[in-house]
Amino acid sequence: MIPGAFAYHRPASLSDAVALLARLGEEARPLAGGHSLIPMMKLRLATPQALVDLAAIEELRGIRRDGDAMVIGATTTMAELIGSAELAAAIPILRETALVIADPQVRARGTIGGNVANGDPGNDMPALMLCLGARYTAIGPAGMRELPARDFYQGAYLTALHPAEMLTAITIPVPPAGHGWAYEKLKRKIGDYATAAAAVVLTMKDGRVAQVAIGLTNVGDTPLFAKAAAAILAGSTLDAPTVDRAVAAAEAITSPASDGRGPAEYRTRMAGIMLRRALTRAASRAR
Amino acid sequence: MAKTHVTMTINGKPMEGLVEPRTLLVHFIRDIAGLTGTHIGCETSHCGACTVDLNGQSVKSCTMFAVQAEGAELLTIEGIANSDGTLHALQQGFREMHGLQCGFCTPGMIVRAYRLLQENPNPTEAEIRMGISGNLCRCTGYQNIVSSIQHAAASTNGGAMREAAE
Amino acid sequence: MNDMVATADERADKLQGMGCSRKRVEDVRFTQGRGNYVDDMKLPGMLYGDFVRSSYAHARIGKIDASKAQAIPGVLAVLTAADLAPLKLHWMPTLAGDVQMVLADGKVLFQNQEIAFVVAESREAAADAAELVEVEYEELEPLVDPFKAMDANAPVLREDLEGKETGAHGPRKHANHIFEWAVGDREATDLAFRNAEVSIKELISYQRVHPSPLETCQCVASFDKVRGELTLWGTFQAPHVVRTVAAILSGIPEHRIHVIAPDIGGGFGNKVGVYPGYVCSVVASIVTGRPVKWVEDRIENLSATSFARDYHMTTEIAATKSGKVTGLRVHVLADHGAFDACADPSKWPAGFFNIVTGSYDFPTASCAVDGVYTNKAPGGVAYRCSFRVTEAAYCIERGMDILADRLGMDPAELRLKNFIRREQFPYQSALGWEYDSGDYATALRQAMEKTDYAGLRAEQKARQEAFRRGETRELMGIGVAFFTEIVGAGPSKNCDILGIAMFDSCEIRIHPTGAAIARMGTKSQGQGHETTYAQIIATEIGIPADDIMVEEGNTDTAPYGLGTYGSRSTPVAGAAIATAARKIKAKAQMIAAWLMEVHHDDVEFDIDRFRVKGLPERFKTMKEIAWAAYNAVPPGLEPGLEAVSYYDPPNMTYPFGAYICVMDIDADTGVAKVRRFYALDDCGTRINPLIIEGQVHGGLTEAFGIAMGQEIAYDEIGNVKGASFMDYFLPTAVETPHWETDFTVTPSPHHPIGAKGVGESPNVGGVPAFSNAVNDAFAFLGNTHIQMPHDAWRVWRAAQRLGA
Repeated sequence: MIPGAFAYHRPASLSDAVALLARLGEEARPLAGGHSLIPMMKLRLATPQALVDLAAIEELRGIRRDGDAMVIGATTTMAELIGSAELAAAIPILRETALVIADPQVRARGTIGGNVANGDPGNDMPALMLCLGARYTAIGPAGMRELPARDFYQGAYLTALHPAEMLTAITIPVPPAGHGWAYEKLKRKIGDYATAAAAVVLTMKDGRVAQVAIGLTNVGDTPLFAKAAAAILAGSTLDAPTVDRAVAAAEAITSPASDGRGPAEYRTRMAGIMLRRALTRAASRAR
Repeated sequence: MAKTHVTMTINGKPMEGLVEPRTLLVHFIRDIAGLTGTHIGCETSHCGACTVDLNGQSVKSCTMFAVQAEGAELLTIEGIANSDGTLHALQQGFREMHGLQCGFCTPGMIVRAYRLLQENPNPTEAEIRMGISGNLCRCTGYQNIVSSIQHAAASTNGGAMREAAE
Repeated sequence: MNDMVATADERADKLQGMGCSRKRVEDVRFTQGRGNYVDDMKLPGMLYGDFVRSSYAHARIGKIDASKAQAIPGVLAVLTAADLAPLKLHWMPTLAGDVQMVLADGKVLFQNQEIAFVVAESREAAADAAELVEVEYEELEPLVDPFKAMDANAPVLREDLEGKETGAHGPRKHANHIFEWAVGDREATDLAFRNAEVSIKELISYQRVHPSPLETCQCVASFDKVRGELTLWGTFQAPHVVRTVAAILSGIPEHRIHVIAPDIGGGFGNKVGVYPGYVCSVVASIVTGRPVKWVEDRIENLSATSFARDYHMTTEIAATKSGKVTGLRVHVLADHGAFDACADPSKWPAGFFNIVTGSYDFPTASCAVDGVYTNKAPGGVAYRCSFRVTEAAYCIERGMDILADRLGMDPAELRLKNFIRREQFPYQSALGWEYDSGDYATALRQAMEKTDYAGLRAEQKARQEAFRRGETRELMGIGVAFFTEIVGAGPSKNCDILGIAMFDSCEIRIHPTGAAIARMGTKSQGQGHETTYAQIIATEIGIPADDIMVEEGNTDTAPYGLGTYGSRSTPVAGAAIATAARKIKAKAQMIAAWLMEVHHDDVEFDIDRFRVKGLPERFKTMKEIAWAAYNAVPPGLEPGLEAVSYYDPPNMTYPFGAYICVMDIDADTGVAKVRRFYALDDCGTRINPLIIEGQVHGGLTEAFGIAMGQEIAYDEIGNVKGASFMDYFLPTAVETPHWETDFTVTPSPHHPIGAKGVGESPNVGGVPAFSNAVNDAFAFLGNTHIQMPHDAWRVWRAAQRLGA
């Protein structure tokens, strides 16, 4: 229940934060919403010697349009995401997904930066980021750089971030008007991580799939970008045999943990079911 | 670890204290501010018994450090009553509709419901259930908590309780 | 309101007595955050205790090096078994006739078992220090499978019992065997099975779960060296028993021990027994001379305090082809964990499991229970179980459904055919209980009518056909459960806790101005006794409930009682309240007659007054009588108006109920949705309908969690799994179904107010209703029995195996 001791810093600017993280090194962690980090600290599974609280840094907040993309500050909370009418109109899958993450109190504090940068295979947003082709802006001692989400996840709690680097913003290309979308999450109860979940973003043209992207949550060490499954579906009418083949291809890339949610075999099959349901819903929404 | 000074407003009154950075906000509220109405039921941020209203949002005070609440405005169960001292509609509604038994989840539930009704003054049953999904109760089975919140919403809106049909 | 002009109804309403939905007294403070729970207490100089716990399920303990821990500023002591041994407190007796380590003594027997107790100035120092205690472990082979506990080559767990071939409950068959308890007529039952036209046999397991009240177990111990007195505040469902045990264990005389249970945030049987945390806090307070607070965290609560169930029940029912049951034979393998710490009355090592004949007229039955040790946490009797009645009800209710299926009979029809009939009460069951009263057929028929049972079965048939045709992937299940509870422990002839008979008590004192204070030996943890007990007194004595203060939990002032669990408060303390009230009423009658200068036979009680028979305008109100008790009593009587009653119940009480659950199950994911749940409860006389309904809602929600996903499991080397809220399935408001409640009233003939108790009924009846619904959904595909919990992956696996 009681975390280990640590030194607390609350820099007022991004550059101060970057400098602090660089100086403090490996034993320091940035603190955004804290709803992944603090529970781990209370169980003493994480014992950082220093926390750098990002709450006072204005540059990390905000949702804005930048040409054909939405740019979301890393410390934007799930609640702010859900409350953004602009985001709901431009990239509705974000809101649908945020609403199945945790519970209202956690969403008031948990941030999109935390959800995408943690590397926790149970987090829901990463699969969306893969689907949407998002780009992460990271800042560190060596300066700023952009990382495509699709190249970001390397293993459980292992990302492409360098030491002392942190995310500042997520840039998401706005999907075409009339796109179809769905996030289908199977879980034991509200607040649980996914037993299996599938994110689908697609566009239809003349009854055929023009473009489709598929992401899977919590059925591997990382979020999974189901490229092969998407390739099978592209150009199809989402007819049953094609969907069956795509589902098989998606299931084939899964390697879920066996845990209280079920044995690996079940979770793989559920990934397939969630994909089917997400495809159906996404297609029904596409114009 | 050296202690640090932290100040916040709780139920309209300034509250300050010396804390370690690792002191959880819920321990600050309970032990230093002496407001023991906010409770602790778990250490994994699930149960919601520690829910307080911070800068206009429901948050789990066990998942924040007191230092993160520097300068914040908090509302706890002890501050929910109306400014004239009469009980808040929620406090009355919970009693009227038998929305509590052991009382341990109740402060968190009421403080959460307070913000829920601020954001959505006339929620459906489904919205209430989703709205309190971050608050666990072991005694009531939630049904009377839902009707307590509906009762409070109705008495605040001056109308009859919303139809149960949804 | 003018006393002359108010009608009888108005006067009765004013009392807020029995039968009305009086608003709860407790709510006033709880809704304002003014409850007084153990962790709210802050005493000057108070220290904090925290445990070092075992990483392993079975290991020898070598050196315990606390030097780094003790070096942390603010740490005053690190207690181990070696420190408790000179006080003979390193082990303590359990409620089940066994002994249990308080701190690991040479070995550990379950993961998270207590090894050392750190005492420090702050929570932080205690937590930091606990991390730094170094323990030498020599791992031993763990025993996790109860079915292997009595194998010839099984690891021996309880070296302290070496050579002891007899335990507290008779001979032991093996080093890991605790007891065998057998009841019934084995010969006659075996004969019935040999002659049976039809019989079923199934292993029905009830998984290990945990009551998980929202407030964990905690205490504050304060030993006053100057006065030689110990004050112990704690989460105690049975505070007087804790005091007596504390006196026996510590050697501090019982009159110098003050045990106080303040507000408790849910009990559900988790807070009946004495835990190492309480003992260590007391010792730490004695050693340091300062108050010591111990508050366990959730993982500790789920993994080390009293679990519930873990019964493996081989169930056999014999019947005629036409569906009349002729015999019941059950063998139970009971997994008790490392110590037998069941909170049972002492003569009942398997609780009241012999209620397993349920609501049915079995001409013969026999049942045997073998308890075994495993490397798991101790406990077993908790979680609204009424002493193993949850297990028994699940056993017989699943069994009857399996039999119905075998016979091709509707499960409700099978039950109606075999119910104990109304005219058979009081009914002697084949396993030794005398059921007090019941009208089962009426209750089940009412339930079937209210849910349009026939319509549901028709709908189910259509759905099955659609499923076979591939038109739907959704199955429909209808779960019927009819339970008979046995509560109100209990008569002194067969119910005692550590030798103390299971009576209960009430003391009532009326003040001169007509208000009153009443204290009982029970202890509410949310059941609303401050509200309902006053209602009983109000009706019995005629004083408004709002003028009656009810207190429980302070052992100095409350008369001795055995506490609140097993739904015993209303049956036992409720009876004591009525009898104490009637003593007061008898004296009030004499005072009234004296005041009105008539013979005491010439006055009669009328709601809130005594009036002269035939002359209703001549009366004395209870308020006037109370005043007179302090200045104008009849000669020969003492002043004052109070009474105390210790009630030894003549029998248990037998609430019952009919529950019907409708479920829709997605065969592709295994996810089950409760479409409808109807619960009819008969708890005899109903004191407060609102509170009864709340109890039913809460119990059904617990049952829902148990049936649909709760489990405290262990892997093959004894690591406990699912012991945090990340995994332990506690439904939120979103998953929890809507509950429909209904009732019939069949008073208990032997209870002074006819009341039976209700708190645990919904857990007893709920679990079989949910489980029968899931099983019923797959019956048409050839299913016999799917084990609980019915979480989605298990339901899916069953669906796969059945070819769904």
